[in-house]
Amino acid sequence: MDLLTWSDIIIQIVLRLGPVWVALVILFLVSFRFKRSLGLYGKLFDSTIGMIGFAIVMFWVFAGFFAGALDWITTHDPLAQFSGMKNKVPGTPLRGAEDGDFSHFLLGGDHLARDVFSRMIAGSTIVIIIAPMATLFAFMVGITLGVPAGYYGGRLDTTISFIANLILAFPVILLFYLLVTPEIRLTGLPQYMAVVLFLFPLIFFTVLVNSRFHIVPTKRNALLGIGLAVLGILYISLINEAGSKISFLSSIDLFDVDAGLLTVFVSVVFVNAPTVFRIVRGLTMDIKTRDYVAAAQTRGEGAWYIMLWEILPNARGPLIVDFCLRIGYTTILLGTLGFFGLGLAPEDPNWGATINDGRKLLSIYPHPALVPSIALLSLVLGLNLLADGLREESLKD
Amino acid sequence: MALFILRRIAIMLFTSLCLTFVVFFLTNLYPNLEKMAKTQGNFRMNDEAVLSFLENRGYLLPLPVKYGEWLGVYPGYVIEGSDGEIRGRCFKSDQIPSEAPRYCGILQGYWGYSTRFKSDVWGIVTTRLGLTGILMFWVMALMVPSALIIGILAGMREGSRTDRSLSTFSIVTTATPEYVSGVILIAVFASSAFGLKWFKGTATAAMDNPNLENFFLPVVTIAIYGMGYIARMTRASMAEVMTAQYIRTARLKGVSFPNIVLKHALRNALIAPFTVIMLQFPWLLNGVVIVETLFNYKGFGWALVQAAGNNDIELLLGVSVVSVFVVLVTQLISDIGYVYLNPRISVT
Repeated sequence: MDLLTWSDIIIQIVLRLGPVWVALVILFLVSFRFKRSLGLYGKLFDSTIGMIGFAIVMFWVFAGFFAGALDWITTHDPLAQFSGMKNKVPGTPLRGAEDGDFSHFLLGGDHLARDVFSRMIAGSTIVIIIAPMATLFAFMVGITLGVPAGYYGGRLDTTISFIANLILAFPVILLFYLLVTPEIRLTGLPQYMAVVLFLFPLIFFTVLVNSRFHIVPTKRNALLGIGLAVLGILYISLINEAGSKISFLSSIDLFDVDAGLLTVFVSVVFVNAPTVFRIVRGLTMDIKTRDYVAAAQTRGEGAWYIMLWEILPNARGPLIVDFCLRIGYTTILLGTLGFFGLGLAPEDPNWGATINDGRKLLSIYPHPALVPSIALLSLVLGLNLLADGLREESLKD
Repeated sequence: MALFILRRIAIMLFTSLCLTFVVFFLTNLYPNLEKMAKTQGNFRMNDEAVLSFLENRGYLLPLPVKYGEWLGVYPGYVIEGSDGEIRGRCFKSDQIPSEAPRYCGILQGYWGYSTRFKSDVWGIVTTRLGLTGILMFWVMALMVPSALIIGILAGMREGSRTDRSLSTFSIVTTATPEYVSGVILIAVFASSAFGLKWFKGTATAAMDNPNLENFFLPVVTIAIYGMGYIARMTRASMAEVMTAQYIRTARLKGVSFPNIVLKHALRNALIAPFTVIMLQFPWLLNGVVIVETLFNYKGFGWALVQAAGNNDIELLLGVSVVSVFVVLVTQLISDIGYVYLNPRISVT
C-alpha cells in the first residue's frame, strides 16, 4: 500500500461522499422543476449566490445526516485510535488493515492517531442538529418577549430591554466560562435555565392557537390538547435527567440528553435570545404603525391576535434572513465553546474541539486543525450566502 | 445633551452593578469555591479541610456581605481561623492587623487580590490591558481603513464587477471566526508543512518587542473577522448616498466622479459605519480572547481565560468591570457621535 497522491485523495473523498452528491442532485432537480410553486424557497433558485449557499448548507446537512443516522461516508470510527497512525499525513495507508477496513486515512491522522476525515464528517452531525435547534429556541424566546415589548412599549419594554442589554454587555466568552463548567453543572443551574428557556415554545404555541381560535372553542381545545401533549412530553423529557437536580415523572421521561450537551445548548440559546429580541422588537415597533394593524384594532381584535397573526407574519422576511445568519453565528459560537474545551466531552469530534486539539502541533502537522477549520468556514459561508440570496429575493417583491 | 449623558451614565453604573453581582453570584457557587480551594491548597483536601479553608478566608459569609465587602460599603471580614491565625480582607502582609483599614473595596480603590497570579488585581488588569491596547491599536489601524476602502469602492458603483467581488470577499471574512482564520494563517505562513515561514506562529515575543514578524498574524486574524461587517455597512450606506438627489445634481453639473465620491458622498456615507465601528469594540474583545489564547500573547483576554479557568473571583470581577465599561462607553460614544455627525437626529 502506497501513500495516496493528492489527486487520488480527492477522487477517493468524492467517491466516499457519493450519497451526498446523489441527494444534492435529486434535491436540486426537484426544486428546479417545482420552483414556481414553492414560494420564497422556490425563488431562491433564481439567485446564483443563494443557490451556491444553499448547496453548501445542504451538502453538510446530508453529510451529517448520512453519517449520523445511517453510518455512511465515515471511513473509520471517529473515536477509535489506530496504532502507527499518529500525525500521519493525508493519504497514509492504514497499517495492518484487515478485510472490510477502509485502506487509507484520507485526510491523515491526528495527535491521538484517529482518522481526521471521519472526525470531520462526524463533527458535522453535531452541528447540523444543535445549531438550527438552538437558533429556533432562541427565536422562540426572542419572539415571545420581543413582540409584546415592541407592541405595548412602556414599562414592560423598558424592563425586558434592560435585561437583554445586560446579557449583551457580557463578553460572550466570559459568559460561557461562567455557565459551561462541570462545577456549574453540579449546581443544576443549566437545568433551571433549561426549565425557563424551553417553556417559551409552549407559551408561544398556546398563545398562538388561543388568540386565533378562541372563538371556536372546540377546535381550539382539540388543537391545544394535542399540541400541548406532544410539546409537554418533549419538554419534560428534555429537562428531566435521572440522577441530577431535576428528575421527576421519570415514567414519561422519554430520553436523556447528555448533561454537557444540554449545558452547551442552553448557554447558546441564552446568548442568542437577546439579539433576536432586539430585532423582533424593532420590527414590531415599525410594523405596528401600519394601516392593517389599525384596521385590526378597529375591528376589535385582541392584542395577541394582532401581535401574532398580523404583525409577526409581516415581519417574516427579515426574520428568515436573520435566522440563516444566526445559525451561522451559532455554529461559530459552538466552535468557540469547543475551542476553549468547554461543554462537550474532550474526545467528542465537534469541530471547535478538533481545532483546539490540532493547534498545538500546528506548525509541524497542520492538517488535523486545517480540515475542521475549513469545514466550519464552508458551512458558515454557505449560511451567509444563503441569507444573502434570501434577502435579495425577498426584497424583490 | 448633558442630561442625556448623565442619564446614560446612571444606567451604565446600574448595569455594571447588576453584571458584577451576576458574576459574583456565579463564581461564589459552592462547587466553584470548592474547586478554587483545591487549586489553592491541594487537590487531595477532604470536604472538611475545604470547608475550613473557605471559612477561614471569609468565603462562606452571606453573599450580600461578600459583595458589599468587594464594593467597599461593608467592613472587610476579620476572622480568627480554626488554625489560630487571624486573617482579614484588608490586611496587608507587612501591616499590623490593628492598623488595617476597616473598608477595602472598589470604592476605596482596592480591586482585590488575584488568587491565580498572587498579586493585586489592579496591577494585573492595567499591565494586561496595556498589552492588549497595543494589539487593539494595530487591529484598528489595519481594519478600519481597509474596511472603509473596500466598502466605498464596492458601494460607489452598485452592481459592478468590483462590487460583486468585494462583497463576496466581505461575506467570506464575516464567515471566518478568529480561531479558523488564525489556524489557516498559521498553517500557511508559519508552518514547516507549507514551508513559507514568513511570520511567527506565536506572539509571545511581541509582548516585549512587537514587530512585523511576530505581530502581523494576530493582528490580521482579529481584523479579518470584523472587517467584513464594517465593509458591508459602508457599502450599503455608500450605495444609498450615491442614489441621492444631490449626487445626481453634482453629476449633471459636470463634477468628476472622484470628486463626487470624495467631496460629496463620503461624509454622508460614513455616518452609519461610525456607529458600527464603535459597536465593534465589544466584538473585538471576543476576538482578543481567542487570538491571545491561540498566539499565546499574555494580554487581557489571556488573563480572562486564566481567571475563569481557575475561578479567580476578584480578578474575574475586575476583568468584567473593565470589559463592561468598554462595552457601555463605546455604546455611549457611538450614540453621541451619531448625533454630532448627523444633524437630522436629536436626542431631546
